[in-house]
Amino acid sequence: MSNPIGQLNKIFESRIRIGIMSALMVNDAVNFNDLKMLIDVTDGNLATHIKTLEDNGFLKVQKGFIGRKTNTLYSITKAGEKAFRAHLDALEKIIKGLS
Amino acid sequence: MEHDNKEATLETLQDIRSIMDRSARFLSLSGWSGIWAGVVALVGSYIAYGWMQQPDYKYMRASLSDGSLSYFDPFVFRIILLALSVFIIAFIGGYYFTYKKAKSQGLKLWNGASRQMLMQLFFPLLAGGIFTMFFIYYGSGIFVAPACLVFYGLALVGASKYTLSDIRYLGMLEVALGCFNLFFPGHGLYFWAAGFGLLHILYGAIMWNKYDK
Repeated sequence: MSNPIGQLNKIFESRIRIGIMSALMVNDAVNFNDLKMLIDVTDGNLATHIKTLEDNGFLKVQKGFIGRKTNTLYSITKAGEKAFRAHLDALEKIIKGLS
Repeated sequence: MEHDNKEATLETLQDIRSIMDRSARFLSLSGWSGIWAGVVALVGSYIAYGWMQQPDYKYMRASLSDGSLSYFDPFVFRIILLALSVFIIAFIGGYYFTYKKAKSQGLKLWNGASRQMLMQLFFPLLAGGIFTMFFIYYGSGIFVAPACLVFYGLALVGASKYTLSDIRYLGMLEVALGCFNLFFPGHGLYFWAAGFGLLHILYGAIMWNKYDK
């Protein structure tokens, strides 16, 4: 049996990225401010982690407007969902394997 | 070493769960909001009951006719005004208690989940409001209370997906009560008081005990 720790996705080692992915898993789309409130991070920090996830093809960005204000929405991609589920499975195996 | 790993993993899973819950559901709904709404509804019902003991309450039992505008007479207008006041006072108080709870939790009242919840809530309520108005317009007062209860119940069932899931059962009870009312035409006020008054107080108390205490 392979070691489940090896199956953990390095990209999801950051708590903030885990938080972003968790929110996107259960919502069609989430805007920047809601994500910020949920995860409790600074703008810059959140933007950096969103960029990493986007570069990996795990989330997609839709820029929109509400009146004159920009409203950027983030949603999860198929690849992102698959990767995050695999990561959750690995976490589960770690718990089960050690109990 | 292995123990640390497990601890960290458990913590991560709890984080994920908490964020999923908080982002998809509006969890700051206060039990006091329900209790407040229930008390206001009971007071409103009591006032309406008093009015209906007076002799000028004869129109509600008038047999169906051509649906002329005469049904919107001053007495009916007074009842409608009372019902609207009850709704507004219940809503403002409910908003206040939920606002207080969200603030104490350090959460925003207006987020993706609460927007979804309000959308789900207001769409059926709007339809219910239109139905109720037309029942009154056509002189079919006996359907007012059942329609209020059924539409409100369906609104709660729909909204429960975006807030505390217990609301779902409150909604189902309201729908059941509304249907049950159809077997007892003319006793709508009692069913209205039970559904909007007693059930709200009961549910508010249960929610308070479960989440607020």
